[in-house]
Amino acid sequence: MLTLPAFEWLRPANLDDALAHLANHAAESLVVAGGTDAVPNLKHRLHEPRWIVHLGRLDELRFVRESEGALSIGPLVTLSAIARHEGIRRDFPSLARAASLVASPQIRNMGTLGGNLCLDTRCTYYNQTYFWRDALGFCLKKDGVRCHVVPQGRRCVAAHSSDVSPVLISLDASVDISNARGSRTVPVDEFFVGDGVHNNVLVPGELVTRVTIPAASRGLRAAYQKLRPRAAIDFPMLSVAFAARVSDGGCEHARLVVSALGAKPRRIGGLDALVKGRPLDDALGEALAEAAYRQCRPLTNVAYDDAYRHEMVPVFVRRAVREAGGIA
Amino acid sequence: MSRPIRVTMTVNGRRRHVTVPAMKRLRDVLREDLKLSGSKEGCGEGECGACSVLIDGKSVNSCLVPAAQASGARIVTIEGLARGRRLSALQRAFIELGGAQCGICTPGMLITATELLQRAKGRVPGDQEVREALAGNLCRCTGYQKIVDAVRAAARTRVSAKRAKARPRAAAARTRVSAKRSARPKTRRP
Repeated sequence: MLTLPAFEWLRPANLDDALAHLANHAAESLVVAGGTDAVPNLKHRLHEPRWIVHLGRLDELRFVRESEGALSIGPLVTLSAIARHEGIRRDFPSLARAASLVASPQIRNMGTLGGNLCLDTRCTYYNQTYFWRDALGFCLKKDGVRCHVVPQGRRCVAAHSSDVSPVLISLDASVDISNARGSRTVPVDEFFVGDGVHNNVLVPGELVTRVTIPAASRGLRAAYQKLRPRAAIDFPMLSVAFAARVSDGGCEHARLVVSALGAKPRRIGGLDALVKGRPLDDALGEALAEAAYRQCRPLTNVAYDDAYRHEMVPVFVRRAVREAGGIA
Repeated sequence: MSRPIRVTMTVNGRRRHVTVPAMKRLRDVLREDLKLSGSKEGCGEGECGACSVLIDGKSVNSCLVPAAQASGARIVTIEGLARGRRLSALQRAFIELGGAQCGICTPGMLITATELLQRAKGRVPGDQEVREALAGNLCRCTGYQKIVDAVRAAARTRVSAKRAKARPRAAAARTRVSAKRSARPKTRRP
């Protein structure tokens, strides 16, 4: 049986109280919303905080607001609420789909949008018990100095495993981030950094307070495809989000994001020249699949064969393009 | 070591108070402090669903919930599904159709299926919908088909029970309408 380490539980009454605590004690605190990722990690002693700051009761961070300009979602909205929300299903079906594919119904009932966005990266050599990690020798993500995936590597390559983030990037979403002094807005595309130890731009004391999808993304043809060993529960070993603006003259613009391979989602480059004026069909899917295959290099960071994951990149890109294009 | 905290929650309709370390898992509070040993532990990592309980009507893995997080919550465990000695329609269907084999996954299956039937509101969910709803509950006897059959059978029982209840009322409503209709010409008559 895996037990939780000792910690003190803080339940701030409002966002300001939470930010005030984090302003002074961020380094010794772990922020928890649903806890579905944090709790197993605590059991593995991957986090050893003095305080758990539980946001679950901050109702001000639980909202879905639809307006003409944008859809904004509070970070505490659960993944099952997103998967079932009528407006999200209608306007942003790829987001509802991604939320509905996270883990299991129980996890989605607790897990939140903000939690999935800020999900800790995952690696075969990291997501293990203390005993296991100690026996092999700790890695540089936690307690050690060397990387077991890239032996000479200085940078952690643990895999970004969020389902919602590649979709949010494809939909041109942004996040509001607050600390005790103020707030800033960052596109989700620039929210992640290529360092598996801490793979986003949040600095100690900051929290995500809102996710916004612009209304301009409403008419996009979008899709999300996820590869995992079982059709439920598992984290992705590969994920593909695709969104394209299509008019009578063919594609105007497209975004293709491949994730679960490295520490940050990879946005496939050079797409606009590739898609411009072309219909959203199998030929375009093939061209996008080739581009993605060339630009992606899976590592042995998760427990599944890296060559297999690489070969599956074009397969899942083709599926995503077919899904977005409504090709049966 | 952190100080024990006092947690108040409603468990199977009864208000309960426990004084436990904040990091004690809800599953352990239920089993050890409240002696409700129906919820099982399989993996302890939120994968298997054997520890599922309803928190505020939603099925969750109680091994992932620190006691402090459950403070103020309405919790229903497997012990809370029966009314006294009368099992719920779902529990009876599991027994009749062989939905329970070794029994380890059964409490979690019943809890998650209870949420599904509440959400379905009298509709009989399809085979695929039941499978997706139960995707977070693993059965290592692999008795899934009988479990799915039992959930759908229970949903059908609920639906037909509802219709049976609704029928006399519908009949009464029709009588009232016809009474009104026959009354109306009288009142309109000059």
